[in-house]
Order: sequence, then C-alpha cells, then structure tokens
Amino acid sequence: MADSAVSEREQKVLRIIETARAKRPRFKDETVTMAHGAGGKATQTLIEGLLVPALAREGETLEEMGDAGVVTIDDLGIALSTDSYVVRPISFPGGSIGELAVNGTANDLAVAGAKPKALSLSLILEEGLPADELRAQVEAIAQAAVVADVEIATGDTKVVERGHADGMYICTAGIGKVDSRGRLSPRGIRPGDRIIVSGTVGDHGSAIMLARDEFSLDAEILSDTRPLWPAVDALLDAAGFELHCMRDATRGGVASVLNELARASGVAISVREADVPVNAAVAGAAEMLGIDPMYVANEGKLVAFVAPDRAEQALEALRSVSGCEQAAEIGEVKSEPPGMVLVETAFGGKRVMDQLVGDPLPRIC
Amino acid sequence: MTMKYMDEFRDAELGRALAGKILDAVEPGRHYKVMEVCGGHTHSIYKYGIDDLLPENVELVHGPGCPVCVIPMGRVDDGIAMATENDIIFACFGDMMRVPGSEKTLTEAKAEGADIRMVYSPLDALRLAKQNPDREVVFFAIGFETTAPSTALTLKRARAEGVTNFSCMCNHVTIVPPLRALLESPDLRLDGFIGPGHVSTVVGARPFEFIPKDYGKPVVVAGFEPLDILHAISMILGQLVEGRCEVENQYSRVVPYDGNPAALKVMSEVFELRPHFEWRGLGFISQSALKLSEAYAELDAEQRFGVPGVRVADPKACQCGEVLKGVIKPYECKVFGTACTPEHAIGTCMVSPEGACAAYYNYGRFAREKELV
Repeated sequence: MADSAVSEREQKVLRIIETARAKRPRFKDETVTMAHGAGGKATQTLIEGLLVPALAREGETLEEMGDAGVVTIDDLGIALSTDSYVVRPISFPGGSIGELAVNGTANDLAVAGAKPKALSLSLILEEGLPADELRAQVEAIAQAAVVADVEIATGDTKVVERGHADGMYICTAGIGKVDSRGRLSPRGIRPGDRIIVSGTVGDHGSAIMLARDEFSLDAEILSDTRPLWPAVDALLDAAGFELHCMRDATRGGVASVLNELARASGVAISVREADVPVNAAVAGAAEMLGIDPMYVANEGKLVAFVAPDRAEQALEALRSVSGCEQAAEIGEVKSEPPGMVLVETAFGGKRVMDQLVGDPLPRIC
Repeated sequence: MTMKYMDEFRDAELGRALAGKILDAVEPGRHYKVMEVCGGHTHSIYKYGIDDLLPENVELVHGPGCPVCVIPMGRVDDGIAMATENDIIFACFGDMMRVPGSEKTLTEAKAEGADIRMVYSPLDALRLAKQNPDREVVFFAIGFETTAPSTALTLKRARAEGVTNFSCMCNHVTIVPPLRALLESPDLRLDGFIGPGHVSTVVGARPFEFIPKDYGKPVVVAGFEPLDILHAISMILGQLVEGRCEVENQYSRVVPYDGNPAALKVMSEVFELRPHFEWRGLGFISQSALKLSEAYAELDAEQRFGVPGVRVADPKACQCGEVLKGVIKPYECKVFGTACTPEHAIGTCMVSPEGACAAYYNYGRFAREKELV
C-alpha cells in the first residue's frame, strides 16, 4: 500500500504501541512457563523485569546485558560468562551437550571481544545415567576444549534422583581477557553500520528438532556448534575499532539478536531477506513446519555490526575463516523507526521482524 | 536459499509484472475490497508484504478462516477442565496452547501441572497413546475441512489397531456456513473473495458456487505463495472488468474442482454435523461444525470424560468477531496492541499466526510513511 494508505487512526495506534513497547517490561506472570526459556519476549520480561532490576546496582556490568559481562581488575578488562546446557537429546547430528557446553560459553566470551582462556565445569547427573554416555560426554568436553583452546580450570559434580535431569545437565562459566584491538558495545552501533552474519542460519535448532524424531522428517542437517574466536580474531584484525558490536545468535536466532540490539541502541535495523544464507535442507524443514530460520538457534554463528567503510574487508576476512565461508552482509542500521527490525522480503514487500513470542522449540541448548 | 517448486512462486520480478497488471485493471476512482477467507492467506500477505505491491484502491479484508481464531472461550475452558480434572495426557497444536480461556491458557494449565503436550499432527497424539498404554490420551482437534480428514484417518487407525486409550475432543468446523452468515450481514461491502486453497483441496471449488450465484460476488480459489495471491487478485479484478461473476480455480495444481473424494468419504464415515456450534465472535451458527458420528462415539472424549460445557461470553473489550467478519481492521479494535498483544492476548485473532491481528502486529505494524532513513 502506498504511504497515504496509512490512516491517522492507524498511525496513532502504532505510536501508542511503540511507546508501550519502549518501556521496561514488568514480570507479571503467575508461573514460569516454557516460553520464559525460549529467548523471546517472555525471556526478556524475566531478565529485564525481574533479574536485572533486582541484581544490578546502578552502573554495574549486568545492566549492559551482554553475552558476557566485562569487569575490570587492576585496569585489566576481564570478560566473564556463564551458561547452562539442558539440551534434549544429549547427542545429536553434528554435536553433543558436552561440545555445546564448551563452545557456547567460550563463544559468549568471544563475541564480547575476549579470547576465551579458562572454563569452569559443573555436571548435574541423573541417577541411572549409563557410565558410557558420561564417558562419551567427558571425552567430547575434553576434545572441544582442545579445539577451542581453553582449559577446564575447575569443576563440580552433583547427582540427582532418577527423573530429575534427563540424563545430564551441564553448567559452565568462562573468563577471557578483553582484546585491545577493538571496543564492542551495543552503544557503539551507528546508523549506516553494515550487518554481517558469519554463515548459514538456523542449523543447530533444526538439527535438534529433527534429532527428536517428532516430525517424521529426514534431512541431513548438522548442528553448527563450533568455537567463534577464530572468526572474532579475523574481524578484529580486519576492522579494529570499526567493528562496533557482536552477538552470538543462539536461542531465538538472528532475529532475536537484531531485536535486542535495535532496542538497546535505539536504532532501526533493515534486513534483506534474500541475502540471508540458509542451508537448503534447513529452509525446506522450516518451510514445512512453518518456522522462520531467522528465529531458529545457532551454536556457532555471530552477528557483527561494522562501519560501512570496513564492511567489505571484514566480510572478506571472515570468509577466509574455516566454517564461515558463507558469511554474508544481510542488512544495515538505520535511524528510524527506533527499536524496530524491518525486512525487505525477497518478494519485494516490507514487514516487521519482531521478537519471538511463545516457544516453538523448547530446550535446544 | 533455494527451494525447488517454491521459489518459482516467490519470484519478485513476476510479482512486479502481476502488480502492474492489477494496476492496469483497476478504475482509478473506484475502491475495491477483496476478502481473503483463509488465515493462511492473511499470513502470507503480511509475511511477504504483498500489500506493498497493490494499488492504493485495492484493499484486502481479512476473513474468518483461521481455525484457532474461531474457537470460543468456553471450548478452551472445556479442554482445560478435561486436562486438569482427569489423569490424562492432553495433546493439542502449539497455537492452541496460548489461546486464553476465561481464566487461563492451556500453557498456564501445563505450568500448573496438567500433562498437556504439543503435537504437530493427530498421528503424533495417537503415537503418544501407544507409548503410554496405561494413560488416557485426548487429542484436541481443531480446523476446517483441511485438517478434519487427518483426524478422521487417525481415529480409524486407532480403532483398527485396537488403541483403546485414545480419544478425540472434536472442534472441527466447516467453511461454508460462516461464509453464508458473513454474506448475510448487512454491514459488509465486498467486491470478491480469494477462496481458501487448503480447504478446497478437500471440498473442491464447487461448494463456493453459491457466492456468485446467490450473492453476485466473484470467487477465485488461490494458493498460498505470493504469486498465487497476486494472481488471484488479478483474476478477481479481471472478472469485475469483464462483468463476469463465477468461481475460478487459480490453485488448480492442487485443488480438483470437485475436491478429494477419498477425504470426503472418510470424513463422512467418522464425523457428523453438529446441530449448532458457537464460533468466537460470530455466535452460534447452525450445522457449522463436526462431531464424532454414532459409529465412532466411543472415541469421543467429550462422552468419555464429560466437559462442563459452560458458555463463556467473549470479553467485553474484545472485537474478534468484527475482525473475523472483516468489519474492522485489527488496529481499529479498542485493545489492539495495548491490552491485547501476542504475548498476553485477549482475543484469539492475536494468538494464531493465521489470525489477522497477530499477522498485522507481528509483520505489518509499522507506519509506512516513516520510511527507513
């Protein structure tokens, strides 16, 4: 519809909605539902409406709500991150819970611009877990730590009664020193910045979905779990301080990351749907299930915001990193309307790409 | 990304060509209102931004064909009561879990302890029954004629395989009665209909002949890809320009004019018409829904467990009925986007991705004059 087709009434309603959405959400739910774990709006309400107000004193690191928190000790910037892994099933095509537990936490550090140095490891094991499965996961953790070049510096084990942990849960925390080649923050994002993804989107979530065998769909889809530091290293080299911000597009997918950052930085984001790399099998499965791959989790993909004059070099550098060959520029940052992500559809129309509501796919990591 | 047999129907260049054809067909001074009956079309229209390609004077009006949207609150309450008062596994589609009953949603009932599972097909529910032979499994069936045959086949299979712990709470509805009710309504001025493609794969295009015959409006049964929808709009305008008024089948690659006889047969075996059924916002419509037939009564969950069956009036503020009838636009509803949002919906149209309000809120909600700069 042409511009004049938007009536005054409609505009007024849209303004009211955006004002309401710009406010900090309040956590009003009576019970915790699976949606609170999905990385969409309910998760945001839980974090911004309950956790951050209760736990962050003014000016403290948590207020930034980054993938990792950066604290300074004797002038040394240290990135700290923690994550829990409850994926079901614990092994799936392309990876396992042990591999995720290393890569997931290491990647949260990497996208904060810190080379991962060491991890802690907590295992919560269910009574009755076959020792061979435990051995296999410990082996996967050891292997992944070698590949990601991090050490497991400390750990803990707990066992819970049968029926309480679906085999095993893992919690890891990690630290790393912030790299001096860049300065990354949502506040650094500027209109004009180019948005780059480091490869195909939606692989991990789709792999898990098919591994659960709930859909009677067969397709060769592997999880993309891998360490992201080599990609970050290449981007920092190529773009330095012109690399403004990065995020690890896990739960909730690339769409959730873009929405989070559009809100946090008060900018608009425009995405060109046709330029988003999607593996053909993932696109097919998502089409059949009515899911948009932009909302499906990744475990080895980052989204980077780079100043326009360095975007090309950054993309080129990224593509030379193993696993990032299909990296692509998918859109750019605009100033209006603030807080909103819009998509130019491959068909030539335009629409909103909003935050996720509900939980299409519980427990994917 | 490329998808064979799909990308062909999403070609932007062909889209622009069709849009040009539509622009040529419209009379500049005239305003055209075309209703897409099916929620699947509503979803596609917003998802691909098809509105953006249409001339200003061609307006798309969203219709009643969204299976989740038409479920009244009382039925949700019945489902929740069945799931919580009996030690059963209650299986339903994901969208349905977020539809508000008078006190809570199925998602909330699940968080409070009811064993409610999300399934993707009725066969998944039957599989749950086989995996849990010591538990009763109830499938909450919804949908128009599109999904009714798969429910029917599942019930037949349950009987053939002797699965006795499986039953179905049937909420299947039929497409023609609400359309007729809509056409009888005096406050509706429409120029034509985009006919529901999925329903038509089962019932065919013939049942819509009453629309041109009795009400003088063209109908074009259409597919769900963006080119399908643009093509259908151009065919409707073509009929108007040429002074024709008939049922045409744009979706002939999938829809046989007389429907799918095998699907119709299995439906008639397993289901029979209810004397009347309440539709959300539209009230009671006679002979507009299905229940299990006498022969399958033993698989009827309502008979097996009983339900309160209390009719609950729609919330006062909710204007889902007017949205479903195309009388108002989503944003014209008093609570749209403020009290009623996808995360805390008051009305059903805000829950289902096929609901007009959810589609508009999730995809269409931006002031187009505020172009990105």
